[in-house]
Amino acid sequence: MKANRTRGVESSQNRDGWLFISVVLILVGIFNVYPVVSSFLLSFQTGKGAVYHFNGLGNLFRLAKDKVFVQALINTFTYFIFQVPVMIVLALAIATLLNDPKLKFKGFFRTAIFLPCVTSLVAYSVLFKSMFSTEGLINKILINLHMISTPIPWILDPFWAKILIIIALTWRWTGYNMIFYLSALQNIDPSIYEAARIDGASRFRQFTSIIVPLLKPVILFTSVMSTIGTLQLFDESVNITNGGPANATLTLSHYIYNILFRFTPNFGYAATISYVIVFFVAILAIMQNKVAGDKND
Amino acid sequence: MTKQKNLNGQSVESNHPKLMAGLSSSLKYIILSIISLFSIFPFIWMVLGATSSSRDITMGKMAIGSELFKNLGKLNELVDLPRVLSNSLIITVVGTLFTLLFASLAGYGFEMYRSKIREKFYNLMLLTMMVPFAAMMIPLFRLFSKAKMLNSYAAVILPTVASVFVVFYFRQSTKTFAKELIQAARVDGLTEFQSFFYIYFPSMKSTYAAAAIIVFMSYWNSFLWPLIVLQSNDKKTITLVISSLASSYTPDFGVIMTMIIIATIPTLILFFTMQKQFVEGMLGSVK
Repeated sequence: MKANRTRGVESSQNRDGWLFISVVLILVGIFNVYPVVSSFLLSFQTGKGAVYHFNGLGNLFRLAKDKVFVQALINTFTYFIFQVPVMIVLALAIATLLNDPKLKFKGFFRTAIFLPCVTSLVAYSVLFKSMFSTEGLINKILINLHMISTPIPWILDPFWAKILIIIALTWRWTGYNMIFYLSALQNIDPSIYEAARIDGASRFRQFTSIIVPLLKPVILFTSVMSTIGTLQLFDESVNITNGGPANATLTLSHYIYNILFRFTPNFGYAATISYVIVFFVAILAIMQNKVAGDKND
Repeated sequence: MTKQKNLNGQSVESNHPKLMAGLSSSLKYIILSIISLFSIFPFIWMVLGATSSSRDITMGKMAIGSELFKNLGKLNELVDLPRVLSNSLIITVVGTLFTLLFASLAGYGFEMYRSKIREKFYNLMLLTMMVPFAAMMIPLFRLFSKAKMLNSYAAVILPTVASVFVVFYFRQSTKTFAKELIQAARVDGLTEFQSFFYIYFPSMKSTYAAAAIIVFMSYWNSFLWPLIVLQSNDKKTITLVISSLASSYTPDFGVIMTMIIIATIPTLILFFTMQKQFVEGMLGSVK
């Protein structure tokens, strides 16, 4: 009797468990799982308009010969390799400064540094475009400070255009990451610092030996998120530089968009490029997890 | 006597570190002030820009101009402002409400009723979170075009309404929820869904608030997907309008800055009125 009743409760609870998650499961199935599978299959097909046929690895061979793709790949990696580490170190340093319990105006600093995150990517991109025009504000300020003698062609020069995108990304996302670190820092027991101070650990030593190891899960989480974000960069590339000059700032996502909606659409080839992004996101995530796992042992 | 000497000696000794601490602490304030200035500066530029002519903006003139109303007037001529605002607002509000409802139901469901099969589904869902949107947008575009649903609000909302990230967020927060409350509710004869709406929902307000901010911002600011599915001018959202104004051959930056301010005000208000919940909610999710 008793066993029967608990089994009855269990099965009704099991049914409720499915009910609670049902809507999300169905929607994720249609709008996440199906597209992921479908674009994987599409990446082995080619064609125009509505007619597609399998061509095996043909799209991959085409990729290798596609100079614009290679350029976009290099651009995307340049952003990722230079921007993410700079931003994470900066965010960690700011969070550490802000975590001081005796700091005055803490609320003001925190709010100010977080504020860029409330802007939309499009809005801030256009703002940066206007500030960094050749005869514009930033060049004017730099000339007045005697840091440069001739204006920097931020948007017109391939090198400076990349730097501009990196500056913009760092402005937009450092505060966001900082909030994650600050929250995690506040969860660290203050007595740990106390013990370290008594043992004579310097501030720098405290940072490298206590803060960084304790925050490792958060650092890992934010770097995975930033990696994925950078590999998918689109809004900035479109709205600050429009991929130019001569594709020098074109990202993979921007190139996919161009193939789909600017040129004669080839869904198969675009899907192949999108799976290049998937491939790199997966590799980087596994690498970062491995690094974290090894240090834990 | 000896005691006094000792005390003196100590104070002399600690004078030096105190000075250093003073210096390093003022250095700290200087660094933080500079970073804060960098962070706020583009906002100041945005406000000044909205009051200036396009020429003054591209020439980098830092001053309050007198063109605000002129810019507003020009903006109103160029775009159907009420229409654009209501497009953005409808998509954002409807999208946010449904995302929160679905994601909290699922996050609660996964955490409170555990089973091996559901864990597998959960892990599969987390895996799809790693797949960039670029890899989904092609089939999604074809799906909506086959269903003749392009150029509709639903097309913008549906692909992101079951946000795996927000499900994850709610599940993490549910871990700190006092499950005995639900046990007690069961004894009192409440159904599982009643318990969810009458007990879980009110006690997780800060989680909902934080999730609401995140979701609101992502709908309000979304660009790539609306750019793909919204094709006629009468459906365009604010971000699409800003982008198309800025990419014209002769962009009027005064007008654009005014539009950017209009786009940014709602998110600024949201941030300043709910800042506390935001940080609280974030604490819950990272743990």
